Amino acid sequence: MTIQQERHVLVVFPHPDDEAFGVSGTITTHIQQGTPVTYACLTLGEMGRNLGNPQFATRESLPAVRKKELLASAEAMGLTDLRMMGLRDKTIEFEDDEKMVGMMTDLIEELNPSKIITFYPGFAVHPDHEATARAVVRAVRRMKDRPTLHGVAFANDTLDKLGKPNVVYNISEVREQKMNSMKAHISQTAWMLEEMEHKLQQGDTETENWLTQERFYNYRWDEDFEKSF
Amino acid sequence: MELVEVKKLQVQLDAFAGKDVYLHLETTNGSYASHFNEGFFNAGAFIRNVVINYELGKVVGDSPHRVGLKLPHGWVYAQGITHYELDEQGRLLLAGHDGTGKLAVALEISETPFSY
Repeated sequence: MTIQQERHVLVVFPHPDDEAFGVSGTITTHIQQGTPVTYACLTLGEMGRNLGNPQFATRESLPAVRKKELLASAEAMGLTDLRMMGLRDKTIEFEDDEKMVGMMTDLIEELNPSKIITFYPGFAVHPDHEATARAVVRAVRRMKDRPTLHGVAFANDTLDKLGKPNVVYNISEVREQKMNSMKAHISQTAWMLEEMEHKLQQGDTETENWLTQERFYNYRWDEDFEKSF
Repeated sequence: MELVEVKKLQVQLDAFAGKDVYLHLETTNGSYASHFNEGFFNAGAFIRNVVINYELGKVVGDSPHRVGLKLPHGWVYAQGITHYELDEQGRLLLAGHDGTGKLAVALEISETPFSY
């Protein structure tokens, strides 16, 4: 599936590194096609359990480490409009819900994106992912002319309940940028990259696909996660 | 951070006793625990920047250690502590890193508030 030209793409995720795993290839491709991309990252992943392997960060030094990593990931993707929204990791679901919708609405009104990428509510595993997804969906629901809304879903029951992703991009051409985006978040990804390298050497196709394809679900407004808000 | 040496850490704990200090205490299995291991009961707790004043602080046991702070009207304790550091801002950071190096518990005290 070809990645379409867009007016502006807005990516909203809560943690530095969320962009790397699922969408850095798509972001890179949009940028290479000349589409402006804004990445709003809601927290600095202050509560991460991963502190480097071997450990080099502490609970207190982690935010500054992850901020640097996020900037390096943005550079790897060629992304120039990075917004750090200043919330605290693992607290997003406890923020005022209307305030969260307002934050998303402000971004949308400023940027007028033709496509928004976030997590798919109900299938995003981490409470911060879910809270982010809810806020974005609610903000978009209120719009008259809704932009394309692509959700990343990876809960264990995703295939059972949502079926196969209906948007699958081949990102092999920017595989290197995707890898560099993941490597930029080394305090978080050291374990995973080591395992990935091992699997790639064994010719594991799932890992290979992961580096060459990115998958999204169009948000299903006819199966909205709530009736209203 | 370095591995806890009971005698050294005890000196640091004593140094904060009887002072108003800001507390950070957290236990965590990570938000993905029941994703990777369905049926896992994921429990944890987090408190940050609450002021306490402990009269006695003790580190006990072999690694992973237990650390307890006795307050005039209560207690604070953490178990699973493996590492510690007095950071460049004079804050005492204690942490428990599991077998893969991931943080499982943190107990931190500081005379100035921790960041947000």
